[in-house]
Amino acid sequence: MIRIIAAFFIAFFMLVLPVSAQSSFQDVAQSHFPNIKRGSVKTAPPVIADIQSYGGDVASRFLQNWQSKNIWYRKSDERLVTVQQLENKSYRLFDLETEQAIGEAAKSDIKQVKPNSGLRGLLGSALVASQLISDDLSVRKASLDSLTRNPKPNHLEPLRTAIAKEKNADLKSRMSRLERLLTMQFDTNTQVRVKAIESFTDDLGLDVRARLNPMLNATLKVSQTEPTDQNMARIITPSETGELPIDKAYSMIVSQGWAPASVSKDAKQKALVEHIQESKVGGILVSDLNTLANRETAYTKLADAGLALQNVSEVQIQEALSKVYFYEVYTEQSPEVVKAAKTTLDSINKKVAFSQAIDLFLDGLSLASIFFLAAIGLAITFGVMRVINMAHGEFIMMGAYTGYVVQQFVTNYTLSIIIAIPAAFMVTFAAGVAMERLVIRHLYHRPLETLLATFGVSIALQQLAKNIFGTQARPLTSPDWLGGAWEINDVISISWIRVAIFGLSILFFLMLWFTLNKTRLGLETRAVTQNPRMAASMGINPDKINMLTFGLGSGIAGIAGIAIGLFAKVTSELGSDYIVQSFMTVVVGGVGNIWGTFAGATMIGFLQKGIEWFNPSNTLAAQTFMIIFIIIFIQFRPRGIIALKGRAAGD
Amino acid sequence: MNGPLTKFLLNHPSVLAFLSALALFTVFVTIGSEAFGYGFVSTSFVKTLGKTLCFCLIAIAMDLVWGYCGILSLGHFAFFGLGGYMIGMWLMYERTRLIVVEATQNAQIPMTNQEIQDAIGTQIFGVVGGSEFPAIWIFSHSLWIQLALVVLVPGLLALVFGWLAFRSRVTGVYLSILTQAMTLALALYLFQNDSGLRGNNGLSGLQNLPNLEETPQSVISMWFFWASALALGLGYLIVKLIVESKLGNVIRGIRDDEARVRFLGYNVEIYKLFVFTLTAVIAAIAGALYYPQAGIINPAEIAPIASIYLAVWVAIGGRGRLYGAVIGAAVVSLLSSWFTGGQAPDISLGFYTVKWVDWWLVLLGISFVAVTLYAPKGIGGLFDKFSKGDNQ
Amino acid sequence: MSGALLEVNGISVSFDGFKAINNLSFNINTGELRAIIGPNGAGKTTFMDIITGKTRPDLGDVIWGDENVSLIRKSESDIARMGIGRKFQKPTVFEDQSVADNLTMALKNKRGPWSVLLYKSNTSDQAKVNQIAADIGLSDHLDIRAGDLSHGQKQWLEIGMLLAQEPRLLLVDEPAAGMTVDERNHTVALLREAAKTRAVVVVEHDMEFIRNLDCKVTVLHEGSVLAEGNLDHVVKDQNVIDVYLGR
Repeated sequence: MIRIIAAFFIAFFMLVLPVSAQSSFQDVAQSHFPNIKRGSVKTAPPVIADIQSYGGDVASRFLQNWQSKNIWYRKSDERLVTVQQLENKSYRLFDLETEQAIGEAAKSDIKQVKPNSGLRGLLGSALVASQLISDDLSVRKASLDSLTRNPKPNHLEPLRTAIAKEKNADLKSRMSRLERLLTMQFDTNTQVRVKAIESFTDDLGLDVRARLNPMLNATLKVSQTEPTDQNMARIITPSETGELPIDKAYSMIVSQGWAPASVSKDAKQKALVEHIQESKVGGILVSDLNTLANRETAYTKLADAGLALQNVSEVQIQEALSKVYFYEVYTEQSPEVVKAAKTTLDSINKKVAFSQAIDLFLDGLSLASIFFLAAIGLAITFGVMRVINMAHGEFIMMGAYTGYVVQQFVTNYTLSIIIAIPAAFMVTFAAGVAMERLVIRHLYHRPLETLLATFGVSIALQQLAKNIFGTQARPLTSPDWLGGAWEINDVISISWIRVAIFGLSILFFLMLWFTLNKTRLGLETRAVTQNPRMAASMGINPDKINMLTFGLGSGIAGIAGIAIGLFAKVTSELGSDYIVQSFMTVVVGGVGNIWGTFAGATMIGFLQKGIEWFNPSNTLAAQTFMIIFIIIFIQFRPRGIIALKGRAAGD
Repeated sequence: MNGPLTKFLLNHPSVLAFLSALALFTVFVTIGSEAFGYGFVSTSFVKTLGKTLCFCLIAIAMDLVWGYCGILSLGHFAFFGLGGYMIGMWLMYERTRLIVVEATQNAQIPMTNQEIQDAIGTQIFGVVGGSEFPAIWIFSHSLWIQLALVVLVPGLLALVFGWLAFRSRVTGVYLSILTQAMTLALALYLFQNDSGLRGNNGLSGLQNLPNLEETPQSVISMWFFWASALALGLGYLIVKLIVESKLGNVIRGIRDDEARVRFLGYNVEIYKLFVFTLTAVIAAIAGALYYPQAGIINPAEIAPIASIYLAVWVAIGGRGRLYGAVIGAAVVSLLSSWFTGGQAPDISLGFYTVKWVDWWLVLLGISFVAVTLYAPKGIGGLFDKFSKGDNQ
Repeated sequence: MSGALLEVNGISVSFDGFKAINNLSFNINTGELRAIIGPNGAGKTTFMDIITGKTRPDLGDVIWGDENVSLIRKSESDIARMGIGRKFQKPTVFEDQSVADNLTMALKNKRGPWSVLLYKSNTSDQAKVNQIAADIGLSDHLDIRAGDLSHGQKQWLEIGMLLAQEPRLLLVDEPAAGMTVDERNHTVALLREAAKTRAVVVVEHDMEFIRNLDCKVTVLHEGSVLAEGNLDHVVKDQNVIDVYLGR
């Protein structure tokens, strides 16, 4: 009795003097023991408020434990504790405040506090509230993150409270954005919601669209009178090819009880089978039932004879459909909200489309730079020496494998890439020079045979790579600073590797342009291209120039291999995947100058992305159409986009 | 038989020699076959030989277009494959129809045509998640129309492609690349599931001829072997007639100096188009005979690499001489299947064992380079040194 | 002008800004023999390219024959069939084929693939081939591979092929290059003989050769006509002297 009075007094003091420096947390909790033990949504709020006003980690820890059913009490003195199960079915008890062990107890001596789901929800939002205003920045962040993932209507209030208190500007803006999102979805005041919706007009965030779209969800309804529902989305006319097929529309009428059910095809068939007599049904030979018309006739006879359900004819269905109205009604109650959502979504979608166009442009740019890298070496050998090198793709592959091998020895990815680039250049440069000396040199002026011989080299190299490295793909890992993507907004993003490749191709373009136009080597190369005999008579050694040019072209292929290997897996077929596109790039661009390759790569890259955009599900078709386009393009510019004219172009 | 043909054969003993050799070979295989002879040539080997004859036929086409006309087409396997697809459509449709009809024989109510069609569609296109017949299957029920399409579809493709390419005066390596692009485009298109030809599954079960379930494969394989031999013989004769005519002179002229032929008043584009289309049709016929023996066709068969191998055969055999193309195709494709089939004995070097499955392509690549460098006339060039009289 | 077989009116063509032909006009009559001379880069070959349809002029027109047909939009093979034959600077014969085959291919016959495929040699064609072979001095070489002929013989064979085409206008680019004196004389005779029945335009560097041709001479310079007349008149022209010697 004394205890009850004491408890009463304590409770009284708690109410009057909510925060008392003297009372420990344990006391505060104990004071609400009955309502904690058998808590309900109705009785809990003052308890929670009390605990929250006590504040500190201990309060939120308690709420968390309460919510996750981790609070127990000792039957003997009703002391609230947390527990840890020991091996021998006994439990160790801990003080709420100090988290110190205060003894052990058998299972039978303690009892778990089990809040129901409603209360757990309440506790959840209370927790959110307390976490959102926690002193610890990381706690606030974590709680906001979890809130963002799974927002509930009752989070709105604590969020608003927290915004007012928040000092961190970054967090504050995130909170207020979430607040607007929640307001737009959960607030009870229509005007407030509309305002929140309209505030997102310029926001490209996926989360905004994910919340706005459901507001425009509509349910299909059918009515016998003209619908007057002011929240109606639209009226739908059923049609065989439209979004509401006749069958579905009719079955809606049937389920309303406004029309008799039609007999399904299977049911008809079943009825026909059941009534076969002397290989006849309804006077028609079974063997003649191989047309729909005959089956229909037979079934009608059965139905007329009362042996089967009366069929519903097309005409009857049409008639039934013509008497009713099908329409869609927005699930969202408030027309103002629907209207605002629609306008805002339209505006967002327009901006998204614009951003997507930019994104597509970046994609095209990145593909173009890949093609440029893959093709530029080919353009040099083809343009300068009129030599088709079918093994060019295999040089790209060799470059990629060189990168892979380097990574086996140098594990620092940044360092290994820095080593791999010159290594790949040297390996393929050597391979190119060797091929020029051994094969191509003997085949000048027989371009078709060069094509074939280099193809022989290509199959041999490809199979060699397979024998050495196996058929499975080998990774060429990029350093961390090249991982991830550059996200400009929610729609536009481009991976750093592609940015790097773009940079690399620009660099190559400038370097090659400089080499070919401003250096002695370039001058001699061009001289050999235009007139080898004249060049030779002027003291230029065409043999040496050819060798160097071929080496240079192959070396660049090697570096392209590293670049391609970074985003595609390295296999022995890596090169052959790019060879046709590379040739296309060179041919479309125009042979004999790097501007042509640049133009060709740009056109093919953008074209492929453009076609993929029209038909995103099907990159195979995109490639097909691109090749067809190129074949037609060649009709109009047989010498490519940037063509040399006149006699210098040769025949 | 005392007509111009006899005269032609007498003037060109090499044709007579070739045809006799082919006939002897056919007789030999027949005697050795399981179906009609002593059975020392297995049915699967008969199929391999039959397929090789088809390769020889397309090699002749390749020789005409490349060796004689100078157009290095890297796309003739596209026509070969298309021919196979055209006949494959009928084989697959008709056989599936028979299966469907038989399966529903005992149904209580006979099926409507639509239901049968739907069932066939589900059977054929279920694998690519469809059941509707694509529009291109509209004639698949008719053997005769599909046989006509074997010639028409590849012929038309060659005609359109050739017209576009030749009229814009695309020549040399450019043209080769363009033909390669054509076959790549076709292969990529067919790889799609909604291409209407079952995507990368291709058409299968083509070795089963409709209505001939009772006939054993050993017999069917011989029929196709004979048909292939006949087609090869006819193809050889026709192409030889062409290259020995004045037309042959003109197309060799085009190969050697296109501009000169043009200034002589010949419309070079028309001639190229004629040769390109004709060889496409021959390739298609070869394909239509090949795939029922292979049993399956899929888009990988059309990949650019196949057409390049064709060029390899002809180059190794010796272009500009028809028997060279035949020898090249037969030798290289048979060797290839021998080496890659695992029958070739491995060579142990002590520290490393050369497995031919792994090293055959390396060998082929290197020998191809060697042939191009040191024996541009190929194997056929060796024969030239011994043969006289028929100096082509 | 009524007798003009070929009328070239004010043609111009430029490659990447370089004017190869500049407002050039030129006429030739039926049965006329004409020589064209000019320094390197004067536009002689380009001029022939335009007439034969290989190059399309930027400006001007080329009118042909009695019906006054424009040749500008015609293809090379059409122009060849209309009766203009052309011999290239470098002898281009089909080296892999026999002399007889070379000539037969050039004979004026139907040029469609079917007619060519079904073509059968006949006595009149054989007679023509034999006649031409006799004219060009290759009667004994009919069955020889053209590639095995000497340089001069190849030049003649090419002229023979032109004759077999039975053209009304023959354009001959440097026929005497690399020939011995005897061979040149034979060539001169051939061309003069040919000019009796048709118009012949000869482009040549060699003055001696042109003197032997004994015909009207047109001098080209920088894509235009510098002078025209007989050789003695032309070489006295101050402009011509300036161009040939002045620089």
